[in-house]
Amino acid sequence: MTGRILSFDIFRYDPQDEGDSPKMARYELEETPGMTVFIALNRLRQEQDPSLQFDFVCRAGICGSCAMVINGMPTLACRTLTAKYPEGSFRLMPLPGFELIGDLSVNTGKFMRELAERLELWLHPKAGDHDIHRLEDPMDPQEAAKLYELERCVECGVCVSACATKQMRDTFVGAVGMMKIARFELDSRDSRSADDFYHVIGNQDGVFGCMTLLGCQDNCPKDLPHMQQIAYLRRKMASTLL
Amino acid sequence: MKIIYTDSLVIGAGLAGLRVAIACKQRGLDTLVLSLIPAKRSHSAAAQGGMQASLGNTVKGMGDNEDVHFQDTVKGSDWGCDQQVARMFAHCAPKAVRELAHWGVPWTRVTKGPREVVVNAERITLEEAEEAHGLINARDFGGTKKWRTCYTADGTGHSLLYAMDNKAISLDIPVHERVEALALIHDGGRCHGVVARCLITGELRAYIAKATTIATGGYGRIYSVSTNAVICEGIGQALALETGVAALGNMEAVQFHPTAIVPVGILTTEGCRGDGGLLRDKDGYRFMPDYEPEKKELASRDVVSRRMTEHMRKGKGVDSPYGPHLWLDITLLGREHIETNLREVKEICENFLGIDPAKDWIPVRPTQHYSMGGIRTTAQGQSPQLKGLFSVGEAACWDMHGFNRLGGNSLAETVVGGMIIGKYVADFCEDEPLVLDTALAQQFVDKVRAEIDQLLEGNGQEKAWDLKQEMQRIMMDYVGIFRNGPELDKAVTELQALLKRSRDLGVSCKKRHANPELVEALRVRRMLKVAITVASGAAARTESRGAHAREDYPQRNDRDWLSRTLATWPDAEALMPVLSYEKLDVMQMELPPGYRGYGADNAIHHPDTPLRLAEIERILEGLGPNASREQRQAALMPFELPAALMPANERLADRLAPACVLSPPVEPNLAGDDNS
Repeated sequence: MTGRILSFDIFRYDPQDEGDSPKMARYELEETPGMTVFIALNRLRQEQDPSLQFDFVCRAGICGSCAMVINGMPTLACRTLTAKYPEGSFRLMPLPGFELIGDLSVNTGKFMRELAERLELWLHPKAGDHDIHRLEDPMDPQEAAKLYELERCVECGVCVSACATKQMRDTFVGAVGMMKIARFELDSRDSRSADDFYHVIGNQDGVFGCMTLLGCQDNCPKDLPHMQQIAYLRRKMASTLL
Repeated sequence: MKIIYTDSLVIGAGLAGLRVAIACKQRGLDTLVLSLIPAKRSHSAAAQGGMQASLGNTVKGMGDNEDVHFQDTVKGSDWGCDQQVARMFAHCAPKAVRELAHWGVPWTRVTKGPREVVVNAERITLEEAEEAHGLINARDFGGTKKWRTCYTADGTGHSLLYAMDNKAISLDIPVHERVEALALIHDGGRCHGVVARCLITGELRAYIAKATTIATGGYGRIYSVSTNAVICEGIGQALALETGVAALGNMEAVQFHPTAIVPVGILTTEGCRGDGGLLRDKDGYRFMPDYEPEKKELASRDVVSRRMTEHMRKGKGVDSPYGPHLWLDITLLGREHIETNLREVKEICENFLGIDPAKDWIPVRPTQHYSMGGIRTTAQGQSPQLKGLFSVGEAACWDMHGFNRLGGNSLAETVVGGMIIGKYVADFCEDEPLVLDTALAQQFVDKVRAEIDQLLEGNGQEKAWDLKQEMQRIMMDYVGIFRNGPELDKAVTELQALLKRSRDLGVSCKKRHANPELVEALRVRRMLKVAITVASGAAARTESRGAHAREDYPQRNDRDWLSRTLATWPDAEALMPVLSYEKLDVMQMELPPGYRGYGADNAIHHPDTPLRLAEIERILEGLGPNASREQRQAALMPFELPAALMPANERLADRLAPACVLSPPVEPNLAGDDNS
């Protein structure tokens, strides 16, 4: 079977090479059934250009490593089927808003760790005796289910790269930061109050900086309800002022 | 030479590695984690089903305890496991689940009252106890007597890893991301750390530590098709192997899962078949009833994988550019069922195949899934040959899985193993001095540097990706689901030829920093040694046990092969590891070898089995009929744990009046019966 010839225009730049400057490079590849951008990029690297930098880990839409801008839209490359693009041409760019490692590879890990440290994105348990040998504390089953729904974020960075506020104000925590705050705010095991959260997101870097352009929600590969959570946190933050 | 010092160095930031790091940091030790990727991207995130722990909160879990979990695990291992370790594990699993709840995991909880479930394709109603409301729930998994698998919706690994990493961040444990360990620094008796390379800048660093823990996961990517993440390349095992001293254990024990999608190898859950999905061949014919008339598609994982392979070898596979496959047909379940109960399968089909599983058949084939083998450790997680080297999780052969792992026991092993071994690592760090031998560190850094220089500046003609693809094909074709002598010998010979060729590797991209081709070249040499170890171990083991199925030796042979394969690679220039065997002592077993409960009972028995059974009978008789299950267990096979983990696990049944206990306690079953 002979497939279509796909064209890939790929952003190339090695920031560690002083003589290098950003450019686009074109590659062509014959399409095979079931081909994803993951398969295509690996083949390009193996067969045409071994220096091409990009990131994949799970290649199954689970880990969030491979977010990039495909034909103008930020998304996960591993689960992007080439067959869904009738024109057969692809323009691949690295996610904006993150430190560029090279070509399509950006340092989302560094960003997410710094965000977690800044916003203290971990459970702050209530004081009390937690004994791992004894029966666990009961939790409302619906609360547990709701927590899981908010916890499905894979830290891919798509929401950050799709956010105009973030592009204008580098200190903005983005939808990913607010979604995580919302997750801990909902958790009855967490000792922090709305007042505590107000100190970290009750400002222009947090809930009051969002311009409601919906880029985060429109592009989130996990379909997380970002706008609903940001609105919820806004009301919570506003109520702390009363 | 840049040297970074720490007390406890951990290679790998998945669940097992992070749990060890947390244990060390909580003891006030300086702790550092190296990772190829950000911690939250680790392959641990991919586990969906859940983790086994005998909480016994639900009606289908009532009567569960450490004894039942232990027995299921030993039978599942086809008696290949270390029973001491299986005991340590079963005892600590409930503690790990409860600890994770304190760290933020939103475990799915029990709702009191009636609920509808499907059991054996029939809809039945279960009634959960009032007292169980809000406690941690559990679902059914293969090979277990009780519903024991704790879970968070369909993303257990994800939520565990996030809670674990968040805990590590809260403790301020540094993770050096995008750093790859390339050699262990050791003096032949003691491990002092690693040489590692920054994947962004290319910088080589020596990390010197009191204890070095390898928690790098499995070696699935030595096969061409694997459910594993692309980073699961067995480099951790290779690091140990290349010391020439530390042994790997049971590397030939490799598990295959029947239904991963083609080409990318992502799993579709066993629930597809559990709910009534069928397997079909290229003619649309349902073939499983011909092979397994009784259980058909629902025979055990290894059996279905073998039958599918057999059928494709007869030319009944569907041709594709990615090789032959079969069809998984769930269209008969109807759209409503698929969109509610198999939401994830539907998403996978849409995103990766562009098909609608309510209308279209899913292309599937058996796929490498889990590595039972790994770095051989003691029950305390330490290499018996190289002091200061620890290993945990899938990277290790600890060895609680033996030759076949049960679903839900891998995720459990990461956190339970990390919890137990983390304490032993911390003990070691408190007892041992940091040894600073900069000349020794320099020697290992120089060796890695020379290897990199040779790749960048030499005239090597071989290409890393070519050798890797060849290796993966050989492993898939000859060291797969069915194995036989001639094919395994062929695999060893062909892999050795590749290893020779790998000495002439060269790269066309000459950058010293971020260079994916260089990374691949450094890895493929190491992976080839791991692959040869798997293939030669499989060639030598002339029996069938668990996932290791020899067509020419179909019997499980306890008489000659109730042993663990050990492999070392003392001569770096050699083309073969040195294999030796560690006997499992039947006379020390709490559960002597018996019938697993499926397939033909064709085992060749061990001469000690009847002796041990008689001894067990005598011991139990001596205790009298009123002995508690804890007393019986302690009399049969005492086991040790750090004191903090020894307390008994409380269960809901302990709080309910005896009359309310919903099912009778399970008697220890020494002969071993049906657990399918």
